[in-house]
Amino acid sequence: MMILRNARYLGEPYDLLVRDGRVAAFGPAGSLDIPSDAETVDAAGHRLFPSLIDAHVHLREPGFEWKEDVASGLAAAAHGGVGRVLCMANTDPVNDEASVTRHILDAAARSHPHGPCAYPVAAATVGLKGQELAPLGELAAAGCVAVSNDGVPLANTEIVRRVMEYASDLGLILIDHCEDPGLARATHMNEGCLSGMMGVKGQPDVAETIQAGRDILLAEYLGLPVHIAHVSCRRTLDILAWGKARGVRVSAETCPHYLLLDESALEGYNSNAKINPPLRTPDDVDAMRAAVKSGLIDIVVTDHAPHAAHEKEHPLDQAPNGITGLDTALTLMWSLIAAGILDEADLMRLYAWKPAEIFGLPVNRFRPGDPADFCLFDPEREWVVRPESLYSKSANSPWLGKTLRGRVSAHWMGGVKIV
Amino acid sequence: MHEDTYPWPHKDLLDVTGLSRRDVFRLLDSARSFHEINRRPVKKVPTLKGKTVVLFFAEPSTRTRVSFDTAGKRLSADTFALGKSGSSQLKGETLKDTALTLQAMNPDVIVIRDSSSGAAQFLAERLRCPVVNAGDGCHAHPTQALLDAYALRDAWHDKFEGKTLVILGDSAHGRVARSNVHLLTSLGVRVRLCGPRTLLPPGVEKWPVEVFSRVEDAVQDADAVMCLRLQLERQQAGLLPDLRDYSARYCLTPARLALARPGARVLHPGPLNRGLEISSELADSSASLILDQVAAGVAVRMAVLYLYATRSDAAVGAGEPA
Repeated sequence: MMILRNARYLGEPYDLLVRDGRVAAFGPAGSLDIPSDAETVDAAGHRLFPSLIDAHVHLREPGFEWKEDVASGLAAAAHGGVGRVLCMANTDPVNDEASVTRHILDAAARSHPHGPCAYPVAAATVGLKGQELAPLGELAAAGCVAVSNDGVPLANTEIVRRVMEYASDLGLILIDHCEDPGLARATHMNEGCLSGMMGVKGQPDVAETIQAGRDILLAEYLGLPVHIAHVSCRRTLDILAWGKARGVRVSAETCPHYLLLDESALEGYNSNAKINPPLRTPDDVDAMRAAVKSGLIDIVVTDHAPHAAHEKEHPLDQAPNGITGLDTALTLMWSLIAAGILDEADLMRLYAWKPAEIFGLPVNRFRPGDPADFCLFDPEREWVVRPESLYSKSANSPWLGKTLRGRVSAHWMGGVKIV
Repeated sequence: MHEDTYPWPHKDLLDVTGLSRRDVFRLLDSARSFHEINRRPVKKVPTLKGKTVVLFFAEPSTRTRVSFDTAGKRLSADTFALGKSGSSQLKGETLKDTALTLQAMNPDVIVIRDSSSGAAQFLAERLRCPVVNAGDGCHAHPTQALLDAYALRDAWHDKFEGKTLVILGDSAHGRVARSNVHLLTSLGVRVRLCGPRTLLPPGVEKWPVEVFSRVEDAVQDADAVMCLRLQLERQQAGLLPDLRDYSARYCLTPARLALARPGARVLHPGPLNRGLEISSELADSSASLILDQVAAGVAVRMAVLYLYATRSDAAVGAGEPA
């Protein structure tokens, strides 16, 4: 039994009583009856958040363990305030058979028996090749909680339809990486004035919108849900708003970097700012901020995509896409709160409660009986993003070398201290 | 001619955007004095004796490489050319490692040509020695822009203000177009871009240029027309229907040039696709500055190598024991 005292929750001091790994009571500081044998933790000066749920990460195991493995990725999650992650299928071998799913789950249980927890996402098609459906029944039975072809956008709309239909029988939702393959081929940043000046082939934002529109129309036609991965631009928000207004069961995610950075981060050909979809314009950043505030965008994810330093240290057009995000997840979201763009309630909605609802995962809403998954966040602590301060194996972050404010100081899952 | 002689403030020449107007005229003036050497019977001065210039050309190029090589040799520098086929990059060595290896040989300047935009900056951030960009992907080609400015300055009798230049062809993939737009507009030239929309850079509406899709409109009252080489792979990439269609619409012919100002000049960075972007008779006509550009190229690159190879000499000399 444990009592957390004086943690700041939505601006007020609260006490939290934990018993048998679950929330026993939660109320304003001093209002709870505290058993005399409860271990006391003084949380004064810290913010209290539920463990976050990150529905889009790449743990790189099996196959790319020099970038990340399940153990290091989950350690980064724990220190970023994240308690549950959905990990994408673009490993080697691809997560298109149950043995790969079981390997990931075993590695997670072995390295982090108390959490954070990994929830594998099934490949939508065999080998992510976009041709034959992966054995989704077998994958769901092994523990996959969603379906995605992330990393290799689906060009064939017929396949998208069949994945949505087959997955729906299993209670799985398609997380679709929306990108028109022709428009996006061999592109390295957002298409626009800056890409024109830099002489870099750019990806037009409409490449994302066209496929998001396709998915929304299909979802409406089929009467099935679909989840749009990492939305990055105003144009896609417009089509998303149109779909939601029509009652289509469409949900969508974005990432902290689309709320904090624009394409100017690529100036100087900085390969640590090269991601897919690419960072967009300041106008898109404004639109994305409004969309997370309003709920048009349902959830926030990191799209944590580690790459080794030697893989990123190339001219821009030869460097792979992707940036890490788990270590900095709560810190970057906090910077939006500190700037007055979001409040703490928005954060919990976007990064814990809503993803739990969409993917059917356990979450702590601080009600009696909820899993005792929570973290304490020190908003004053300053730290420098560098390889030594990150728990991820990789440091390919656009914030590399920058000083950030605020970091997770403690984290419990199921009442067990994991940080 | 009065020569400006302030300490050269730039470690590298990556793009023309980093150069002030004063820097540009210093380079052009210096190139003029070197040009004089190139007309002598003995075309060699000892200016860079003992200096080493590495020509690291990871992308095929003959004329730019030979131009830099000639420039270096006429200044008595030792020049070493390294191409992709002869380099370890084909064996999987990264640009970073190739560069560090070259630097360990202590060259005084590394000239780089690479197919990746930003490759010159990538090297410059990692090397102590000066890096001169001889063309990086679709980004920049500063010595080409400087030599074009040199040739135009001579043709226009030292006057840039109020002149109009048309750049005709593929400015989306053309580093020559980008660098020329920057440099010539900064010198007061009105620049027009003309080409099919598939070959115009995204965001061009925000560039300090006028954009035309018809050659006949673009060349009205122009003082010079610069034809860009059409890379034949653009057609394969689906940006053009076929080359005949392109040539019918965009080839600069005497009839089209006749719509420009009398005495208008024609430029081309080479190599030429005769009959595709420029008619053969224009290329060989008295309006053509194409061979003047080649000669200007050697002079401008002599000025560049001189300024970059010697910029740290004073500082080094000051620290040496007497």
